[in-house]
Amino acid sequence: MEILVCVKRVPDTAENEIEVNRDGSDIERDDLVYSVNEWDNYAVEEAILIRDKVGGSVTVVTVGDDESEEVLRREMAMGADNGLLLCDDAFAGSDGKGVASLLKAAVEKGKYDLILTGAQADGGAAEVGGMLAAMLDYPYASLVNKIEVDGDKLKVGREIEGGNQEMSEIQLPCVLSIQTGINEPRYVGIRGIRKVASVEIPQQGAADLAVDAATVGAAGARVKRLDYFVPEMGEGADMLEGSTEEIVAKLMELLKAKGGLK
Amino acid sequence: MADIYAYITHKDGVADDSALELVAAAKQIDANAAVTAIVTGSGADVDNVADAVAASYAKVLKFNLDALAYPNAEVVRKLLVNVLPADAIVLISNDTFGMDLGPGLSIKLDSTFVADVVGIEGVDGAALKVIRQEYSGMVSTHVTADMSSGAVVNLRPGVFAPDESQSAGGSVEDKSGDAGDLTTKRTFLEVVEAEVGDVDITKSDVLVSVGRGIEDEENIEIAQELADAMGAVVSCSRPIVDAKWLEKSRQVGTSGQTVKPKVYLACGISGSFQHMGGIKGAPFIVAINKNVKAPIFQVADVGIEADILDFLPELTDAIKES
Repeated sequence: MEILVCVKRVPDTAENEIEVNRDGSDIERDDLVYSVNEWDNYAVEEAILIRDKVGGSVTVVTVGDDESEEVLRREMAMGADNGLLLCDDAFAGSDGKGVASLLKAAVEKGKYDLILTGAQADGGAAEVGGMLAAMLDYPYASLVNKIEVDGDKLKVGREIEGGNQEMSEIQLPCVLSIQTGINEPRYVGIRGIRKVASVEIPQQGAADLAVDAATVGAAGARVKRLDYFVPEMGEGADMLEGSTEEIVAKLMELLKAKGGLK
Repeated sequence: MADIYAYITHKDGVADDSALELVAAAKQIDANAAVTAIVTGSGADVDNVADAVAASYAKVLKFNLDALAYPNAEVVRKLLVNVLPADAIVLISNDTFGMDLGPGLSIKLDSTFVADVVGIEGVDGAALKVIRQEYSGMVSTHVTADMSSGAVVNLRPGVFAPDESQSAGGSVEDKSGDAGDLTTKRTFLEVVEAEVGDVDITKSDVLVSVGRGIEDEENIEIAQELADAMGAVVSCSRPIVDAKWLEKSRQVGTSGQTVKPKVYLACGISGSFQHMGGIKGAPFIVAINKNVKAPIFQVADVGIEADILDFLPELTDAIKES
Protein backbone atom coordinates (compact mmCIF):
# COMPACT_ATOMS: atom_id res chain seq x y z
CA MET A 1 0.00 0.00 0.00
CA GLU A 2 1.29 3.46 -0.95
CA ILE A 3 0.67 5.76 2.01
CA LEU A 4 1.06 9.54 2.21
CA VAL A 5 1.17 11.14 5.66
CA CYS A 6 0.69 14.92 5.96
CA VAL A 7 2.70 16.39 8.85
CA LYS A 8 3.41 19.82 10.32
CA ARG A 9 6.23 21.44 12.28
CA VAL A 10 4.70 23.18 15.30
CA PRO A 11 5.79 24.82 18.56
CA ASP A 12 5.87 22.05 21.15
CA THR A 13 3.26 22.95 23.79
CA ALA A 14 4.78 20.42 26.21
CA GLU A 15 8.12 22.26 26.05
CA ASN A 16 6.99 25.88 25.75
CA GLU A 17 4.71 28.37 27.41
CA ILE A 18 2.84 29.90 24.50
CA GLU A 19 2.51 33.65 25.03
CA VAL A 20 1.25 36.53 22.92
CA ASN A 21 3.96 38.91 21.67
CA ARG A 22 4.09 42.62 22.50
CA ASP A 23 1.77 43.92 19.78
CA GLY A 24 -0.49 40.87 19.57
CA SER A 25 0.51 40.13 15.97
CA ASP A 26 1.89 36.67 16.74
CA ILE A 27 2.91 34.38 19.56
CA GLU A 28 6.30 35.06 21.14
CA ARG A 29 8.60 32.99 18.92
CA ASP A 30 11.98 33.67 20.57
CA ASP A 31 13.46 30.50 22.07
CA LEU A 32 10.51 28.31 21.02
CA VAL A 33 11.17 24.59 20.79
CA TYR A 34 9.57 23.10 17.67
CA SER A 35 8.68 19.49 16.99
CA VAL A 36 6.42 17.42 14.80
CA ASN A 37 2.73 17.87 15.60
CA GLU A 38 1.84 15.16 18.15
CA TRP A 39 -1.16 13.80 16.20
CA ASP A 40 0.95 13.56 13.01
CA ASN A 41 3.51 11.41 14.81
CA TYR A 42 0.81 8.84 15.60
CA ALA A 43 -0.26 8.98 11.94
CA VAL A 44 3.29 8.23 10.75
CA GLU A 45 3.63 5.34 13.22
CA GLU A 46 0.33 3.90 11.98
CA ALA A 47 1.47 4.20 8.36
CA ILE A 48 4.72 2.37 9.16
CA LEU A 49 2.82 -0.41 10.96
CA ILE A 50 0.49 -0.87 7.96
CA ARG A 51 3.40 -0.87 5.49
CA ASP A 52 5.29 -3.44 7.55
CA LYS A 53 2.21 -5.68 7.49
CA VAL A 54 1.03 -5.40 3.87
CA GLY A 55 4.05 -3.92 2.03
CA GLY A 56 4.34 -0.67 0.09
CA SER A 57 5.88 2.63 1.12
CA VAL A 58 5.33 5.61 3.39
CA THR A 59 5.89 9.18 2.19
CA VAL A 60 5.76 12.11 4.61
CA VAL A 61 4.81 15.52 3.18
CA THR A 62 4.64 18.96 4.71
CA VAL A 63 3.83 22.49 3.61
CA GLY A 64 6.48 24.70 5.13
CA ASP A 65 9.85 26.37 4.85
CA ASP A 66 13.40 24.98 4.88
CA GLU A 67 13.21 24.48 8.64
CA SER A 68 10.31 22.07 8.17
CA GLU A 69 12.79 19.63 6.66
CA GLU A 70 13.83 18.65 10.18
CA VAL A 71 10.42 17.13 10.97
CA LEU A 72 10.42 15.22 7.68
CA ARG A 73 13.84 13.82 8.58
CA ARG A 74 12.64 12.90 12.06
CA GLU A 75 9.71 10.94 10.61
CA MET A 76 12.04 9.29 8.09
CA ALA A 77 14.26 8.28 10.99
CA MET A 78 11.16 6.62 12.46
CA GLY A 79 10.82 4.57 9.30
CA ALA A 80 9.08 6.61 6.60
CA ASP A 81 10.62 5.87 3.19
CA ASN A 82 10.36 9.25 1.47
CA GLY A 83 9.99 12.93 2.33
CA LEU A 84 8.44 15.72 0.28
CA LEU A 85 8.60 19.43 1.11
CA LEU A 86 6.03 21.77 -0.45
CA CYS A 87 7.83 25.08 -0.21
CA ASP A 88 7.25 28.44 -1.91
CA ASP A 89 7.03 32.06 -0.76
CA ALA A 90 3.56 32.08 -2.32
CA PHE A 91 2.36 29.45 0.20
CA ALA A 92 2.97 31.63 3.28
CA GLY A 93 -0.19 32.64 5.13
CA SER A 94 -2.35 29.92 3.56
CA ASP A 95 -5.57 29.12 5.41
CA GLY A 96 -6.68 25.51 5.91
CA LYS A 97 -8.25 25.38 2.47
CA GLY A 98 -5.03 26.71 0.92
CA VAL A 99 -2.97 24.00 2.63
CA ALA A 100 -5.48 21.33 1.57
CA SER A 101 -5.33 22.50 -2.07
CA LEU A 102 -1.50 22.27 -2.03
CA LEU A 103 -1.69 18.75 -0.60
CA LYS A 104 -4.29 17.85 -3.24
CA ALA A 105 -1.88 18.93 -5.96
CA ALA A 106 0.87 16.80 -4.40
CA VAL A 107 -1.47 13.78 -4.13
CA GLU A 108 -2.39 14.08 -7.80
CA LYS A 109 1.28 14.08 -8.82
CA GLY A 110 1.79 10.77 -7.01
CA LYS A 111 -0.16 7.56 -6.62
CA TYR A 112 -1.38 6.92 -3.11
CA ASP A 113 -3.91 4.42 -1.76
CA LEU A 114 -4.18 5.89 1.70
CA ILE A 115 -3.66 9.44 2.97
CA LEU A 116 -3.30 10.12 6.68
CA THR A 117 -3.25 13.39 8.60
CA GLY A 118 -3.16 14.14 12.31
CA ALA A 119 -6.64 14.82 13.71
CA GLN A 120 -5.57 18.40 14.50
CA ALA A 121 -2.51 20.62 14.88
CA ASP A 122 -1.51 23.84 16.68
CA GLY A 123 -4.40 25.88 15.26
CA GLY A 124 -6.92 23.38 16.63
CA ALA A 125 -9.08 23.57 13.50
CA ALA A 126 -8.98 19.86 12.59
CA GLU A 127 -9.94 20.84 9.05
CA VAL A 128 -7.26 19.96 6.48
CA GLY A 129 -7.95 16.21 6.22
CA GLY A 130 -11.68 16.61 5.59
CA MET A 131 -11.09 19.37 3.06
CA LEU A 132 -8.44 17.34 1.23
CA ALA A 133 -10.76 14.32 1.02
CA ALA A 134 -13.62 16.42 -0.38
CA MET A 135 -11.31 18.05 -2.95
CA LEU A 136 -10.10 14.61 -4.10
CA ASP A 137 -13.62 13.15 -3.88
CA TYR A 138 -12.23 10.41 -1.62
CA PRO A 139 -14.18 9.07 1.36
CA TYR A 140 -13.07 10.45 4.74
CA ALA A 141 -13.16 9.52 8.40
CA SER A 142 -11.89 11.74 11.22
CA LEU A 143 -10.57 10.97 14.72
CA VAL A 144 -9.58 7.45 13.69
CA ASN A 145 -8.24 5.24 16.50
CA LYS A 146 -8.23 1.84 14.75
CA ILE A 147 -7.36 0.65 11.23
CA GLU A 148 -7.61 -2.87 9.83
CA VAL A 149 -6.69 -3.52 6.20
CA ASP A 150 -9.15 -5.75 4.33
CA GLY A 151 -8.24 -5.93 0.61
CA ASP A 152 -9.36 -2.75 -1.16
CA LYS A 153 -11.24 -1.63 1.95
CA LEU A 154 -10.35 -0.64 5.50
CA LYS A 155 -12.24 -1.26 8.69
CA VAL A 156 -11.79 1.88 10.76
CA GLY A 157 -12.80 2.97 14.25
CA ARG A 158 -13.57 6.60 15.08
CA GLU A 159 -13.32 7.90 18.61
CA ILE A 160 -16.69 9.41 19.50
CA GLU A 161 -18.17 10.87 22.69
CA GLY A 162 -17.97 8.94 25.94
CA GLY A 163 -15.00 6.80 24.89
CA ASN A 164 -17.18 4.85 22.46
CA GLN A 165 -15.87 3.72 19.09
CA GLU A 166 -17.78 4.06 15.82
CA MET A 167 -16.79 1.28 13.40
CA SER A 168 -17.12 1.77 9.64
CA GLU A 169 -15.98 0.22 6.41
CA ILE A 170 -14.29 2.64 4.03
CA GLN A 171 -13.13 2.11 0.44
CA LEU A 172 -9.62 2.91 -0.75
CA PRO A 173 -8.33 5.35 -1.74
CA CYS A 174 -9.40 7.39 1.27
CA VAL A 175 -8.27 10.08 3.71
CA LEU A 176 -8.21 9.44 7.46
CA SER A 177 -7.38 11.85 10.29
CA ILE A 178 -5.62 10.04 13.12
CA GLN A 179 -6.36 10.45 16.84
CA THR A 180 -3.68 10.13 19.50
CA GLY A 181 -3.58 6.81 21.34
CA ILE A 182 -4.11 4.68 18.20
CA ASN A 183 -0.62 3.21 18.73
CA GLU A 184 2.59 3.88 20.65
CA PRO A 185 4.93 5.88 18.39
CA ARG A 186 8.46 4.48 18.42
CA TYR A 187 11.32 6.39 19.94
CA VAL A 188 13.71 8.15 17.58
CA GLY A 189 17.31 8.32 18.74
CA ILE A 190 20.16 10.53 17.59
CA ARG A 191 21.59 7.62 15.61
CA GLY A 192 18.39 7.24 13.65
CA ILE A 193 18.38 10.95 12.82
CA ARG A 194 22.04 10.75 11.71
CA LYS A 195 21.24 7.93 9.30
CA VAL A 196 18.87 10.12 7.30
CA ALA A 197 20.78 13.39 7.77
CA SER A 198 22.16 13.42 4.25
CA VAL A 199 19.14 12.04 2.40
CA GLU A 200 18.01 14.43 -0.33
CA ILE A 201 14.44 15.65 0.29
CA PRO A 202 12.75 16.86 -2.89
CA GLN A 203 11.03 20.26 -2.83
CA GLN A 204 8.07 21.37 -4.91
CA GLY A 205 6.88 24.95 -5.42
CA ALA A 206 3.83 26.56 -7.00
CA ALA A 207 5.09 25.94 -10.54
CA ASP A 208 5.90 22.25 -9.86
CA LEU A 209 2.47 21.70 -8.36
CA ALA A 210 0.75 23.75 -11.08
CA VAL A 211 -1.26 25.70 -8.53
CA ASP A 212 -2.33 29.28 -9.16
CA ALA A 213 -0.38 31.34 -6.61
CA ALA A 214 -3.37 33.68 -6.21
CA THR A 215 -5.53 30.85 -4.80
CA VAL A 216 -3.11 29.95 -1.98
CA GLY A 217 -1.07 31.87 0.59
CA ALA A 218 -2.34 35.01 2.28
CA ALA A 219 -3.79 36.28 -1.03
CA GLY A 220 -6.11 33.30 -1.42
CA ALA A 221 -7.16 32.97 2.22
CA ARG A 222 -10.85 33.44 2.95
CA VAL A 223 -10.20 32.95 6.67
CA LYS A 224 -7.81 35.49 8.18
CA ARG A 225 -6.38 35.72 11.68
CA LEU A 226 -6.40 39.34 12.86
CA ASP A 227 -4.50 39.04 16.13
CA TYR A 228 -3.59 36.95 19.15
CA PHE A 229 -4.83 37.81 22.62
CA VAL A 230 -5.40 36.36 26.07
CA PRO A 231 -9.04 36.82 27.05
CA GLU A 232 -10.11 38.36 30.34
CA MET A 233 -11.54 35.34 32.11
CA GLY A 234 -12.76 36.96 35.31
CA GLU A 235 -11.20 36.14 38.63
CA GLY A 236 -9.74 32.74 37.95
CA ALA A 237 -8.45 30.55 40.75
CA ASP A 238 -7.72 31.84 44.23
CA MET A 239 -3.95 31.16 44.32
CA LEU A 240 -2.63 29.76 47.58
CA GLU A 241 0.65 31.43 48.56
CA GLY A 242 3.29 30.84 51.21
CA SER A 243 5.60 28.01 52.18
CA THR A 244 4.71 24.48 51.11
CA GLU A 245 3.75 23.74 54.71
CA GLU A 246 1.39 26.73 54.81
CA ILE A 247 -0.15 25.88 51.46
CA VAL A 248 -0.70 22.26 52.51
CA ALA A 249 -2.40 23.41 55.73
CA LYS A 250 -4.68 25.86 53.88
CA LEU A 251 -5.55 23.27 51.28
CA MET A 252 -6.42 20.63 53.91
CA GLU A 253 -8.74 23.11 55.60
CA LEU A 254 -10.48 23.85 52.28
CA LEU A 255 -10.74 20.16 51.39
CA LYS A 256 -12.34 19.41 54.77
CA ALA A 257 -14.88 22.20 54.26
CA LYS A 258 -15.79 20.95 50.77
CA GLY A 259 -16.07 17.27 51.62
CA GLY A 260 -12.74 16.22 50.11
CA LEU A 261 -11.31 15.11 53.46
CA LYS A 262 -12.96 13.33 56.32
CA MET B 1 -27.60 38.14 4.24
CA ALA B 2 -27.88 34.54 3.10
CA ASP B 3 -30.19 32.17 4.98
CA ILE B 4 -28.89 30.50 8.14
CA TYR B 5 -29.30 26.76 8.69
CA ALA B 6 -28.51 24.71 11.79
CA TYR B 7 -27.86 20.98 11.70
CA ILE B 8 -29.50 19.35 14.74
CA THR B 9 -27.80 16.35 16.33
CA HIS B 10 -29.98 14.06 18.42
CA LYS B 11 -29.93 10.77 20.27
CA ASP B 12 -32.73 8.47 21.41
CA GLY B 13 -35.37 10.90 20.14
CA VAL B 14 -34.02 13.90 22.07
CA ALA B 15 -32.27 16.89 20.48
CA ASP B 16 -28.75 17.61 21.72
CA ASP B 17 -28.27 20.67 23.98
CA SER B 18 -26.44 22.28 21.06
CA ALA B 19 -29.78 22.74 19.23
CA LEU B 20 -30.56 25.79 21.37
CA GLU B 21 -26.93 26.98 21.31
CA LEU B 22 -26.89 27.06 17.50
CA VAL B 23 -30.03 29.20 17.27
CA ALA B 24 -28.56 31.59 19.87
CA ALA B 25 -25.36 31.84 17.81
CA ALA B 26 -27.39 32.42 14.63
CA LYS B 27 -29.02 35.44 16.26
CA GLN B 28 -25.59 36.80 17.12
CA ILE B 29 -24.75 36.62 13.40
CA ASP B 30 -28.08 38.17 12.33
CA ALA B 31 -30.51 39.38 15.00
CA ASN B 32 -33.43 39.15 12.55
CA ALA B 33 -32.49 35.77 11.12
CA ALA B 34 -35.28 33.29 10.44
CA VAL B 35 -33.18 30.25 11.22
CA THR B 36 -33.94 26.89 9.61
CA ALA B 37 -33.23 23.65 11.47
CA ILE B 38 -32.30 20.49 9.61
CA VAL B 39 -33.18 17.20 11.31
CA THR B 40 -32.15 13.88 9.75
CA GLY B 41 -32.66 10.29 10.83
CA SER B 42 -35.19 7.53 10.54
CA GLY B 43 -38.37 6.51 12.31
CA ALA B 44 -40.37 8.15 15.07
CA ASP B 45 -37.27 9.69 16.69
CA VAL B 46 -36.87 12.17 13.82
CA ASP B 47 -40.53 13.23 14.08
CA ASN B 48 -40.19 13.81 17.83
CA VAL B 49 -36.97 15.80 17.49
CA ALA B 50 -38.34 17.90 14.62
CA ASP B 51 -41.50 18.72 16.57
CA ALA B 52 -39.49 19.59 19.68
CA VAL B 53 -37.09 22.02 17.98
CA ALA B 54 -39.86 23.70 15.94
CA ALA B 55 -40.59 25.95 18.94
CA SER B 56 -37.10 27.45 18.63
CA TYR B 57 -36.65 27.58 14.85
CA ALA B 58 -38.57 29.48 12.16
CA LYS B 59 -38.64 26.38 10.00
CA VAL B 60 -37.65 22.73 10.40
CA LEU B 61 -36.67 20.62 7.39
CA LYS B 62 -37.12 16.96 8.25
CA PHE B 63 -35.45 14.06 6.40
CA ASN B 64 -36.77 10.69 7.51
CA LEU B 65 -35.02 7.92 5.56
CA ASP B 66 -33.53 4.50 6.33
CA ALA B 67 -30.20 5.66 4.85
CA LEU B 68 -30.02 8.31 7.61
CA ALA B 69 -30.69 5.94 10.51
CA TYR B 70 -27.16 6.40 11.88
CA PRO B 71 -25.56 9.85 11.55
CA ASN B 72 -22.77 8.96 9.10
CA ALA B 73 -21.18 12.33 8.24
CA GLU B 74 -20.38 11.19 4.70
CA VAL B 75 -24.08 10.49 4.04
CA VAL B 76 -25.29 13.65 5.78
CA ARG B 77 -22.81 15.73 3.79
CA LYS B 78 -24.21 14.42 0.52
CA LEU B 79 -27.72 15.20 1.69
CA LEU B 80 -26.82 18.76 2.69
CA VAL B 81 -25.03 19.40 -0.61
CA ASN B 82 -28.15 18.13 -2.42
CA VAL B 83 -30.64 20.33 -0.53
CA LEU B 84 -28.87 23.51 0.63
CA PRO B 85 -28.47 26.68 -1.45
CA ALA B 86 -24.81 27.30 -2.39
CA ASP B 87 -24.55 30.51 -0.35
CA ALA B 88 -26.08 29.02 2.82
CA ILE B 89 -24.60 29.81 6.23
CA VAL B 90 -24.55 26.43 7.97
CA LEU B 91 -24.06 26.14 11.73
CA ILE B 92 -22.85 22.82 13.16
CA SER B 93 -21.91 21.78 16.69
CA ASN B 94 -18.17 21.04 16.82
CA ASP B 95 -18.57 17.58 18.35
CA THR B 96 -17.05 14.42 16.87
CA PHE B 97 -19.83 14.32 14.26
CA GLY B 98 -19.49 18.01 13.36
CA MET B 99 -15.71 17.66 13.03
CA ASP B 100 -16.34 14.78 10.60
CA LEU B 101 -18.89 16.78 8.59
CA GLY B 102 -17.92 20.47 8.48
CA PRO B 103 -14.59 20.74 6.60
CA GLY B 104 -15.64 18.54 3.67
CA LEU B 105 -19.08 20.16 3.49
CA SER B 106 -17.50 23.59 3.02
CA ILE B 107 -15.46 22.31 0.06
CA LYS B 108 -18.50 20.72 -1.59
CA LEU B 109 -20.54 23.92 -1.13
CA ASP B 110 -17.52 26.00 -2.22
CA SER B 111 -17.97 28.08 0.90
CA THR B 112 -15.73 29.19 3.76
CA PHE B 113 -15.12 26.94 6.78
CA VAL B 114 -14.54 28.27 10.28
CA ALA B 115 -13.61 25.65 12.87
CA ASP B 116 -14.35 25.46 16.59
CA VAL B 117 -15.72 28.97 17.11
CA VAL B 118 -16.00 30.06 20.77
CA GLY B 119 -17.39 33.58 20.27
CA ILE B 120 -19.13 35.69 17.63
CA GLU B 121 -18.07 39.34 17.45
CA GLY B 122 -20.34 40.45 14.61
CA VAL B 123 -20.67 40.87 10.88
CA ASP B 124 -19.10 43.59 8.73
CA GLY B 125 -20.39 43.37 5.16
CA ALA B 126 -19.64 39.80 4.08
CA ALA B 127 -17.04 39.29 6.80
CA LEU B 128 -17.98 37.29 9.88
CA LYS B 129 -15.74 38.12 12.85
CA VAL B 130 -15.31 35.34 15.41
CA ILE B 131 -13.10 34.25 18.28
CA ARG B 132 -11.14 31.00 18.15
CA GLN B 133 -8.49 29.42 20.34
CA GLU B 134 -5.09 28.02 19.37
CA TYR B 135 -2.38 26.02 21.12
CA SER B 136 -4.79 23.96 23.25
CA GLY B 137 -6.54 27.10 24.49
CA MET B 138 -3.39 28.89 25.67
CA VAL B 139 -4.08 31.86 23.37
CA SER B 140 -7.14 33.23 21.60
CA THR B 141 -7.45 34.88 18.19
CA HIS B 142 -9.87 37.14 16.36
CA VAL B 143 -10.59 35.70 12.93
CA THR B 144 -12.53 37.00 9.95
CA ALA B 145 -14.25 34.68 7.52
CA ASP B 146 -15.46 35.76 4.08
CA MET B 147 -19.11 34.64 3.84
CA SER B 148 -19.74 36.05 0.36
CA SER B 149 -20.14 32.56 -1.10
CA GLY B 150 -21.59 31.02 2.03
CA ALA B 151 -20.01 29.57 5.17
CA VAL B 152 -19.88 26.45 7.31
CA VAL B 153 -19.35 27.48 10.92
CA ASN B 154 -18.55 24.84 13.56
CA LEU B 155 -19.40 26.11 17.05
CA ARG B 156 -17.84 24.70 20.19
CA PRO B 157 -20.50 22.90 22.27
CA GLY B 158 -21.34 24.42 25.64
CA VAL B 159 -20.00 27.96 25.12
CA PHE B 160 -23.03 29.74 23.62
CA ALA B 161 -25.79 30.38 26.15
CA PRO B 162 -28.82 28.43 24.88
CA ASP B 163 -31.79 30.41 23.53
CA GLU B 164 -34.61 28.96 25.60
CA SER B 165 -37.19 31.57 24.58
CA GLN B 166 -38.99 29.10 22.28
CA SER B 167 -40.19 32.21 20.49
CA ALA B 168 -39.98 31.04 16.89
CA GLY B 169 -42.94 28.65 16.74
CA GLY B 170 -41.89 27.29 13.38
CA SER B 171 -43.38 24.70 11.07
CA VAL B 172 -42.04 21.26 10.21
CA GLU B 173 -41.71 20.34 6.54
CA ASP B 174 -40.99 16.75 5.54
CA LYS B 175 -38.42 17.03 2.75
CA SER B 176 -37.46 13.35 2.61
CA GLY B 177 -38.44 13.23 -1.08
CA ASP B 178 -35.78 15.85 -1.94
CA ALA B 179 -32.84 14.01 -0.36
CA GLY B 180 -31.41 12.78 -3.66
CA ASP B 181 -28.60 10.24 -4.08
CA LEU B 182 -27.04 9.35 -0.71
CA THR B 183 -24.65 6.54 -1.70
CA THR B 184 -21.16 6.86 -0.22
CA LYS B 185 -17.92 4.89 0.04
CA ARG B 186 -18.06 4.71 3.82
CA THR B 187 -20.52 2.35 5.50
CA PHE B 188 -21.41 2.45 9.19
CA LEU B 189 -21.07 -0.94 10.92
CA GLU B 190 -21.59 -0.55 14.68
CA VAL B 191 -20.77 1.42 17.80
CA VAL B 192 -18.46 -0.41 20.21
CA GLU B 193 -19.25 0.76 23.73
CA ALA B 194 -16.38 1.85 25.98
CA GLU B 195 -14.99 -0.91 28.18
CA VAL B 196 -15.90 -0.84 31.83
CA GLY B 197 -12.79 -0.66 33.98
CA ASP B 198 -11.95 -1.97 37.44
CA VAL B 199 -12.90 1.34 39.05
CA ASP B 200 -15.95 3.47 38.24
CA ILE B 201 -14.66 7.07 38.47
CA THR B 202 -18.18 8.42 37.84
CA LYS B 203 -19.29 7.14 41.24
CA SER B 204 -16.56 8.84 43.32
CA ASP B 205 -17.17 12.09 45.25
CA VAL B 206 -13.48 12.91 45.29
CA LEU B 207 -11.14 12.52 42.32
CA VAL B 208 -7.36 12.92 42.26
CA SER B 209 -6.85 13.47 38.54
CA VAL B 210 -3.44 13.40 36.90
CA GLY B 211 -2.20 14.84 33.60
CA ARG B 212 1.02 15.25 31.66
CA GLY B 213 2.69 16.82 34.73
CA ILE B 214 3.05 13.35 36.26
CA GLU B 215 5.84 12.86 33.69
CA ASP B 216 6.40 9.13 34.16
CA GLU B 217 4.36 5.95 34.59
CA GLU B 218 6.09 5.17 37.90
CA ASN B 219 4.90 8.49 39.33
CA ILE B 220 1.23 7.48 39.06
CA GLU B 221 1.87 5.87 42.44
CA ILE B 222 2.31 9.33 43.99
CA ALA B 223 -1.25 10.20 42.97
CA GLN B 224 -2.55 6.79 44.09
CA GLU B 225 -1.01 7.27 47.54
CA LEU B 226 -2.71 10.66 47.89
CA ALA B 227 -6.00 9.20 46.71
CA ASP B 228 -5.68 6.36 49.24
CA ALA B 229 -5.02 8.85 52.04
CA MET B 230 -8.05 10.92 51.03
CA GLY B 231 -10.39 8.01 50.34
CA ALA B 232 -10.51 9.20 46.73
CA VAL B 233 -10.13 7.58 43.32
CA VAL B 234 -7.46 8.32 40.68
CA SER B 235 -8.66 9.60 37.32
CA CYS B 236 -6.67 11.22 34.52
CA SER B 237 -6.57 13.33 31.38
CA ARG B 238 -6.13 12.05 27.85
CA PRO B 239 -2.29 11.99 27.51
CA ILE B 240 -2.07 9.50 30.39
CA VAL B 241 -4.37 7.08 28.55
CA ASP B 242 -2.58 7.66 25.23
CA ALA B 243 0.66 6.69 27.00
CA LYS B 244 -1.14 3.56 28.31
CA TRP B 245 -0.27 4.45 31.94
CA LEU B 246 -3.92 4.15 33.05
CA GLU B 247 -7.00 2.50 31.58
CA LYS B 248 -9.32 4.39 29.25
CA SER B 249 -12.10 3.99 31.83
CA ARG B 250 -10.17 6.41 34.12
CA GLN B 251 -10.14 9.23 31.54
CA VAL B 252 -12.19 12.36 32.28
CA GLY B 253 -13.30 14.34 29.22
CA THR B 254 -15.60 14.46 26.22
CA SER B 255 -13.85 11.44 24.75
CA GLY B 256 -13.79 9.69 28.14
CA GLN B 257 -16.02 9.68 31.21
CA THR B 258 -18.33 12.43 32.41
CA VAL B 259 -17.87 12.81 36.18
CA LYS B 260 -19.81 14.69 38.86
CA PRO B 261 -17.57 14.68 41.95
CA LYS B 262 -17.80 17.09 44.90
CA VAL B 263 -14.06 17.74 44.84
CA TYR B 264 -11.72 17.53 41.84
CA LEU B 265 -7.95 17.76 42.28
CA ALA B 266 -6.44 18.54 38.88
CA CYS B 267 -2.78 17.56 39.23
CA GLY B 268 -0.50 18.59 36.35
CA ILE B 269 -3.51 18.96 34.06
CA SER B 270 -3.51 21.93 31.64
CA GLY B 271 -7.32 22.02 31.43
CA SER B 272 -8.23 21.72 27.76
CA PHE B 273 -11.91 22.27 26.94
CA GLN B 274 -12.21 18.59 26.00
CA HIS B 275 -11.09 17.67 29.51
CA MET B 276 -13.27 20.25 31.28
CA GLY B 277 -16.23 19.10 29.15
CA GLY B 278 -16.20 15.86 31.15
CA ILE B 279 -16.59 17.59 34.53
CA LYS B 280 -20.19 18.39 35.46
CA GLY B 281 -22.05 19.45 38.58
CA ALA B 282 -19.74 22.37 39.51
CA PRO B 283 -17.33 20.58 41.85
CA PHE B 284 -14.76 22.37 44.01
CA ILE B 285 -11.73 22.32 41.69
CA VAL B 286 -8.17 22.52 42.99
CA ALA B 287 -5.52 23.01 40.31
CA ILE B 288 -1.91 22.12 41.02
CA ASN B 289 0.42 22.95 38.14
CA LYS B 290 3.92 24.36 37.73
CA ASN B 291 2.83 26.37 34.68
CA VAL B 292 0.98 29.37 36.07
CA LYS B 293 -0.35 30.14 32.54
CA ALA B 294 -2.18 26.79 32.28
CA PRO B 295 -5.87 27.35 31.37
CA ILE B 296 -6.89 25.17 34.34
CA PHE B 297 -6.21 28.14 36.66
CA GLN B 298 -9.00 30.08 34.91
CA VAL B 299 -11.64 27.51 35.82
CA ALA B 300 -10.33 26.21 39.16
CA ASP B 301 -11.58 27.53 42.51
CA VAL B 302 -8.18 27.23 44.14
CA GLY B 303 -4.78 27.19 42.45
CA ILE B 304 -1.35 26.10 43.60
CA GLU B 305 1.74 26.86 41.52
CA ALA B 306 3.90 23.83 42.23
CA ASP B 307 5.46 20.74 40.69
CA ILE B 308 3.04 17.94 41.57
CA LEU B 309 5.94 15.50 41.99
CA ASP B 310 7.09 17.57 44.99
CA PHE B 311 3.74 18.80 46.26
CA LEU B 312 1.56 15.66 46.23
CA PRO B 313 3.83 13.63 48.58
CA GLU B 314 3.89 16.60 51.02
CA LEU B 315 0.09 16.71 50.98
CA THR B 316 -0.16 12.93 51.39
CA ASP B 317 2.15 12.96 54.42
CA ALA B 318 0.26 15.83 56.05
CA ILE B 319 -3.08 14.05 55.56
CA LYS B 320 -1.70 10.80 57.00
CA GLU B 321 -0.37 12.64 60.05
CA SER B 322 -3.59 14.52 60.76
